[in-house]
Amino acid sequence: MSVPRVWRRRKVLYRLEGAKCPKCGKIYFPARERCLECNTTPLEEYLFSGYGKIVTFTWVYTPPKGFKSRIPYCLAIIELEEGPRLTAQVVAVEQNDVSIGMPVEFAFRKIASEGKEGVITYGFKFRPKGYPNHAK
Amino acid sequence: MKKIAMVGVGNTKVGEWYERDLRDLTDEAIAKALSSTNIDPKEIGATFVGSMSSGLFNQQEHLSALIGPYSGVKAPALRVESACASGGNAFRVAMMALHAGYCDTALVVGVEKMTDLIDISDVTTALGTAADGEWELGAGATFPALFALMMRAHMHKYGSTLEEFASIAVKNHHNGALNPDAQFQRPISMETVMNSRVIADPLRLFDCSPISDGAAAVILTREDLAKKYTDDPIYVTGSGAGTDVIALHNRKEITTLESVRKATETAFKMAKIQPKDVGLVEVHDCFTIAEAVALEDMGFCKKGQGGKISLEGETALNSTISVNPSGGLKAKGHPVGATGIYQTIEIFHQLRNEAGKRQVTNNKIGVTQNIGGSGATCVVNVFSRGD
Repeated sequence: MSVPRVWRRRKVLYRLEGAKCPKCGKIYFPARERCLECNTTPLEEYLFSGYGKIVTFTWVYTPPKGFKSRIPYCLAIIELEEGPRLTAQVVAVEQNDVSIGMPVEFAFRKIASEGKEGVITYGFKFRPKGYPNHAK
Repeated sequence: MKKIAMVGVGNTKVGEWYERDLRDLTDEAIAKALSSTNIDPKEIGATFVGSMSSGLFNQQEHLSALIGPYSGVKAPALRVESACASGGNAFRVAMMALHAGYCDTALVVGVEKMTDLIDISDVTTALGTAADGEWELGAGATFPALFALMMRAHMHKYGSTLEEFASIAVKNHHNGALNPDAQFQRPISMETVMNSRVIADPLRLFDCSPISDGAAAVILTREDLAKKYTDDPIYVTGSGAGTDVIALHNRKEITTLESVRKATETAFKMAKIQPKDVGLVEVHDCFTIAEAVALEDMGFCKKGQGGKISLEGETALNSTISVNPSGGLKAKGHPVGATGIYQTIEIFHQLRNEAGKRQVTNNKIGVTQNIGGSGATCVVNVFSRGD
């Protein structure tokens, strides 16, 4: 993914930044410029708690370009506790650990890398809720 | 509203055409379509090209200019893109032009040449652009992964099984073995599907449609001109389309495609038909789960039963409803932008009793269902004979 595409999304990717409508209170993930409910613009910055649960998941064995380093990886649709859903990888899990409804939390991780000189993308993945940092 | 008539069709066999390029594949399809009627190429008023991603697959855009003139058709041309529904939407745009009176006859061509890319991850990435590039593909999603997410949610919600989904692949390969234009012409067993390697769990290799090359062309005209070009035109009696948000995670439900419901409702209402009136349907089985969900959301069975009715034989050739008599995307192959046109050509042959060993006997009304992406776009058309 090109530098401008990664750079302009940095706040969303790095700290789950969304947007909240100052007028009607609707929240959005990822952040956007205009409220679809009441047409208000601009919207306020809104930080999500980082907690959510798994809606559905898969283990990917044939990845797109830039995702070859760890196969298979767990990819899931996650519902944030504030409501919005997103697609992200789930890390720090083995195949039998993952289930629908499982609580997860935000984890800052390397997402993809494009060859020796390409961009290394960092951003959000999710891990089991309460996963101990530096456990090993 | 006056009906639109399909008067000529032509297509290549679907396969891996390493020795032929995109324009020669389309030339074969166009030449066959033209010669299947007594039309002069100069009579074509407009050309519509459906192609998903020639830019990524072949480093070639501007197909509207590349294709028609190469085959001797210099009518004003336009390319239509809506991922895997590019063919279906090119067909719809041609109908709109005919209805609006901008032309009297239209050539619609669908084409995709996918085997120019050697690295499979390049193909996966190109196809992935039909999803949300930044928020799905950017997280490591692939098309098999998105449909796997849908499949696991379906299994969780409705108790559907791997065996039910595998039976869809077995049924479509059975039909494909009867279709000389299919990419795969060998029947397969349940064990073959269930024991094939995992692509994106729970999807196995044999749950997935292949990477394919193919081109397909149809000639459309107004109802009142149809008999000039053929004795046996096939009419479009209903047409509908639906659009939903592009990302699967933003849909109201993971296992229901609102675009399919909307497109079907519109098309069936226009054609004044119910699901029970339909004898055969070509649905977009890019993955086995996609056929199950299509049958459910089109109203051919209850929600959650799309795989079960396949396992019980209800959707086999000449059973309750013949689903994917061509072999579907699964066995006939899936040259993405051409698929919508291949589907209409199958209905054309079936309704004219020209389908050989896979001929469906209940062939008064045929339907096509073509989706783009993980179902954000859907086109449904209803066809019938003139009599």
